[in-house]
This record gives sequence, structure tokens and C-alpha cells, in this order.
Amino acid sequence: MSLAHDARVAVHPAGVAQRSARGWPEINNPAAWIVAAILLIMPLIANGFFLIEIFATTLILGTMALSLMFLAGYGGMVSLMQLTIAGFSAYMVAVFGVSGNANISLGWPWWLAVPMALALATIFGTLGGALAVRTEGIYTIMITLAIGAAFYYFTNQNWAIFNGHTGINTVATPHFWGVNWRADIPFYYIVLAVAALCYFAVEYVSRAPFGLALQGVRDNPRRMAALGFNVNAHRVAAYAFASFVAALAGVLQVWNYRQISPGSVSVGACIDILIIAVVGGITRPIGPFIGALIFVLLRTFAIDFLVKLGLDGNRFRLLIGLGFLAIVFWSSDGVIGLWQSWWRRQRSGAARSSGRHGRGSGQGSGQASGQGSGHG
Amino acid sequence: MTRFVERHPAWALIIIIAIAVALWLIFAVWPPGLEDAIGRKRVFLNAVFNGITLGGLYFLVASGFTLIFGLMRNVNLAHGSLYLFGGYVGYAISASTGSWLLSFIIAFILTALVGVLLQLIVFRRMEGQDLRQTMVTIGLSIVFADLMLWACGGDFYQIQTPNWLIGPVELPLITAVKSSGEPVYLRYPLVRLVIFVASVVIGVAMWLALNRTRIGMIIRAGVDDRDILAATGVRIQLVFVGVFALGAGLAGIAGVVGGTFQSLSPGEDIRFLLASLVVVIVGGMGSIPGAALGALIIGLAEQLGSVYIPTYAIVVTFLIMVLVLAIRPQGLVARR
Repeated sequence: MSLAHDARVAVHPAGVAQRSARGWPEINNPAAWIVAAILLIMPLIANGFFLIEIFATTLILGTMALSLMFLAGYGGMVSLMQLTIAGFSAYMVAVFGVSGNANISLGWPWWLAVPMALALATIFGTLGGALAVRTEGIYTIMITLAIGAAFYYFTNQNWAIFNGHTGINTVATPHFWGVNWRADIPFYYIVLAVAALCYFAVEYVSRAPFGLALQGVRDNPRRMAALGFNVNAHRVAAYAFASFVAALAGVLQVWNYRQISPGSVSVGACIDILIIAVVGGITRPIGPFIGALIFVLLRTFAIDFLVKLGLDGNRFRLLIGLGFLAIVFWSSDGVIGLWQSWWRRQRSGAARSSGRHGRGSGQGSGQASGQGSGHG
Repeated sequence: MTRFVERHPAWALIIIIAIAVALWLIFAVWPPGLEDAIGRKRVFLNAVFNGITLGGLYFLVASGFTLIFGLMRNVNLAHGSLYLFGGYVGYAISASTGSWLLSFIIAFILTALVGVLLQLIVFRRMEGQDLRQTMVTIGLSIVFADLMLWACGGDFYQIQTPNWLIGPVELPLITAVKSSGEPVYLRYPLVRLVIFVASVVIGVAMWLALNRTRIGMIIRAGVDDRDILAATGVRIQLVFVGVFALGAGLAGIAGVVGGTFQSLSPGEDIRFLLASLVVVIVGGMGSIPGAALGALIIGLAEQLGSVYIPTYAIVVTFLIMVLVLAIRPQGLVARR
């Protein structure tokens, strides 16, 4: 359990948890303000391709990975079915809303279809979570992977609702107030708003009493149970919250591509979400978005890059897999962890002369102080 | 067995009735009313036999998976890749030499070697870090899948069945009675029966090796408490390497089997990974008899499901998993 668990026990000394419980850490961080400003004026900088294919896609994938990060980072439950929940929500939008497959879609307006999809996907994810919390640790991975794979094969076989392997095409996107919300710039702002909402919601919940209890459950379930907390209820509630976040991302995804098919909920795609979260770092909500940006950039440009190096452009997944392996090997907290340990080394190198003790040898202690200083 | 009956008389009764009904369905000549209700007996028997032989294949894959998990707490999500690798190796050998049996041996040796390398180079460095090992196996499965796609392309391959195994064999099971009163017997492909018998032999051999030999004793002790075992002076790393090699080799053999009576293509690795996951979740993680029982149940459910409720076959498999998790989260045959 080292990746999310052991390291984390050391990560939150009581003081840090209390200090960070008071305010939003972003308010005092100039880098956060700069990133927010850049994201807001992005349509001025980037053209349609970059805006949608890179940044909107990054934010959507990042939101899905954020739901995994919430479960894995705060709850200690690595769930591989977050993409499945998002895909279920996307399918529901297509089934209840308007699409090219008139024999399947019920043709509800979007403001009715979307809440329905969100509710159903949240229920689906909560039920899956209730199943997964019956076991612990690595078993969770196995069960959620089995759920994801079962859903993939089911969508492939079922023609009545999911339209088999062709999926549902030309899904309608919302038009209201005279705006086509799927046009590049409005859509980018919708995605940005949802992603920001989810990000701050996760941040808020992680410091609310529920989130603190959840982190307690992650660190020592037996002790929390002895203190009178219902361990499984907290875990299932965490699944419900994460499912809602994933479902929101699923709605955005189906609007983005205007279609949904079993290929988008395949096992490989489920694992991609895990890769995104782990590469970015699963200890803080910003990690999944960083991971998603890296993933999308690689996916989009690796082909050109590989061809330029004289290699076969189709070896993109090999690159992703090797990169993922490297991250898992050398950092227990993704690129955030790498950056933090590098930054700390610079600082401790500079501070060593003035008598400050350097960083500990273990990854856990390195992270612990990294986390503390990151919030400051 | 008797203890189970004493402790759960109701369950024992249900299981006995279910077995009796199944045996009657298999051996009796079906009355016309039943044939009208659920179709012909030949279809049913074929589905049952396909299910049992598929269960044999699942057992081969899942037993290695569960063995590795039981001893090393390593959820090897690259197990499907080992299966596919073994299948491709088997195809290459049987296509170049024409020998089916040789392809088993080479596939076993090569996948076992890959397993040894994985254990020595990768997993040994992160012992006791379950989650990190699992992440690494996910990364490896992606890398392996892409390397194999690179080397073998996206085509379907099927390993040639040897001549002496081609063709059906008549079984002493009556599927129907002709109007002349002459019984019609079930005909079934010989190769599937041979493979099933072989997987039973492998399973029994593994069970005997685990329960009756000194090595097996060491492995069982390691499953229970590997720290104490290491403290008694057993070279536990050597045991780990050996078990990993065996588990990987079994996946390789299963790949050849799967390539013979199904086909090999990218994506099969995920399918068999899922199958072994479900099998060990149902049967109980780390238990060889559990893997056998789980494989049988899942194989039968998949085949009967695909005959009688075609669009929901996968759901049946999944429902069984859900049911087991709800009633016995530790699996059907697990001690804890």
C-alpha cells in the first residue's frame, strides 16, 4: 500500500491538517492566480484546435482522474471504474437526450436528460462502490477493474439500450439563450467552470469534517471504527461523491465528442485514467490535471515526435506505458512529487549552510515536508 | 465436507439438489415438454461441455494468477499479457516446427523465463508494497501489449490442431431418441476433451505438489506467514522466483491452449485477465481449489448464458461475482 497509504500516514502531521483546514491554500499562492488567469483568457491565446483538443480534453480527463484522486488520495481506495461511471453517464445523456439513433434515444431536452444521467450514474457508482468496499486495498483494484470490464463487454453485447459496438452517434448538444454551447469558446468555458467547480469541491470536502474522517479511515480504519465512525458508510459516501464528479465529466465528454461507443469505456481507457492520476500525483487535487495535460500532449504530439525521431508513430502507448513505469518506479507521488523533491533539494542545498537540517532519506518524510511547505 | 454439511445444512441441501438436477439434465433422456420449454438437449449438452472445457482453460490461467497472489500478495495484472505471449510463442513454434506438444514446452519455458526476469528485476525491489507492484504490473501490461502488437500485428492467429486430435468423438451420453427407438449419442471435439483432461491433470498435480511435497509445504507456509518462514532459514527469494516462474509458465501453456481452441489477437490479454480476476474473486484469492471451482462456475455461466440469454451473458458472469461478494466477500473456497 505504499503508493497512497504508507507515505500518507506521514504526510499529515496534526499541525498541517489544522492549519490547512482554515482557508483555501490557493489564495496566498501567486502561481495559482497566474494559472487561473491564463485559463480564463485561454480563448484569446489558443485557437480552436488547442482550445478543445488540448485544453478542454485535458480538463475533462482531469476531472475524471480527479474523482479517482479523491478516492485514492483521501480514501485509500484505488478505483478503476471511474471512467466506467463517466461512460455510463455519457451513455445516459445519449439515451435520454436527443441523438442520431432515434430508435434508442428518448428525446428529452438536455436540462432533463443531464440531471437524470447524473443521478443514474451516481447511483451506479455508489452501488459499485458499495460492492468494492466489502474488500480492501488491492482487492479494490481487482473488483473495480472487473466492474469496468464487465460494463465494456455489456455495452458491446447490448443493442437495446447501448446500441452494441457502434454506440450512439450525433448526440445533440445544448442550445439556449441564443448560444450554441458546443461552439469552441462557450464549450471551453463550460468545461472550465465544471472542472473548477469539481476541483474546489474536492478541495473543500477534503478539509470538511467528512473529508477529515475519510482520511482517518484511510490511515487507520480500525481506530476510526473504535471512535464510533461508520467506516464503510464513509467509504461508500466517498464513492458517491467521486461518482458524481466522474458523471459530470462524462456529460462533458459526450458533448465534446458528440458520440459514445464501447471503445470510450474500454478497459484500456479505464487504465488511462489511473495512469493520468498516478502520473500527475494522487495526493493533491491539482495532480490529475497535470497528469491529464501530460497525457493529452503525449497522445496528440507523440506521433509527430516519434516519426521525427525516425521511429514508428504508432508506438504511442509504449511511450505512455514506459513513462508510467518510470514514474511509478522513481516517484511515489507522480510529477508533483518529483518536482517537490527537486525543489526541496535546491532549497535544502541553499539552506544547509545556515544549519537547517536536510531532507530525510525516505520518500515518506520527503513528501511530508514537501506537502507542508507546499501549503505554506 | 461433513463439517460443511453440519454447519450449513440448508446450503448443503440446495447444493445437493442442484447437483442432482444437473446430473439428471445431463444423463436422462429429456421428456418432450422440457425440450419444448428450453430447447434441444444437444444444444444444452454442448453448452455444458463447452463451459466445462472453457473452465479448464480459465483454471490454467487463473491458477497461476492465484498462486502468485497467494504467496507474494502480488496482483499481477500483466498475467493476461503472459497468456497472450505464451499463445504467440506457441503459434510461432507450431507454425515453424509443426509440433503441437513442442509448442507447449517452449511456451512454458519462455513465459516462465519472463516471469523469472520480472520477479528478479522488478518485483523484488518493491517487496511488501502491494499497490506499487500492482501499478507496475499495469504499466507492464500496457508495454507488453504494445510490444506484442508491434511484433505480431493486429491479426487473428489460430494454432493448428494436430491431426491425431482433429475430429469429434462419440460420448456415451444420449442427446435424443430417434422415432425408431435408436439413441443418438453426443459428438464432441476430441481436442477440447484432451485439453480439459490435461488441465485437470495439471490441477491435481499442483494440488498434490502443494499438499504432499516438501516444496509445497514451504509454499503453503509462505502463504500463511512469509516472514516467519524466512526466519526459519528458507531461502524465500528462491521460492518466490520458482512460484512466479510456475505461475507465468502456466499462463503460457494456457495461451497455447486458448490459441488452439479459440484465437489469439490483441485484446485477448484483457479478456483473460478479466476472466482470471473474476475466477479468483469468486473462488477465493490465493486458493487453488477455489480457482478450480471458480473457473468451472464462470466457464459454465458464460457458455450457458451465451446459449440461453445471448445479450446478457456477460451480466450473468458479473452477477455471480456480485452475489459471491455480497454473501462471501472472501470467495467461496477461502479460509479467511
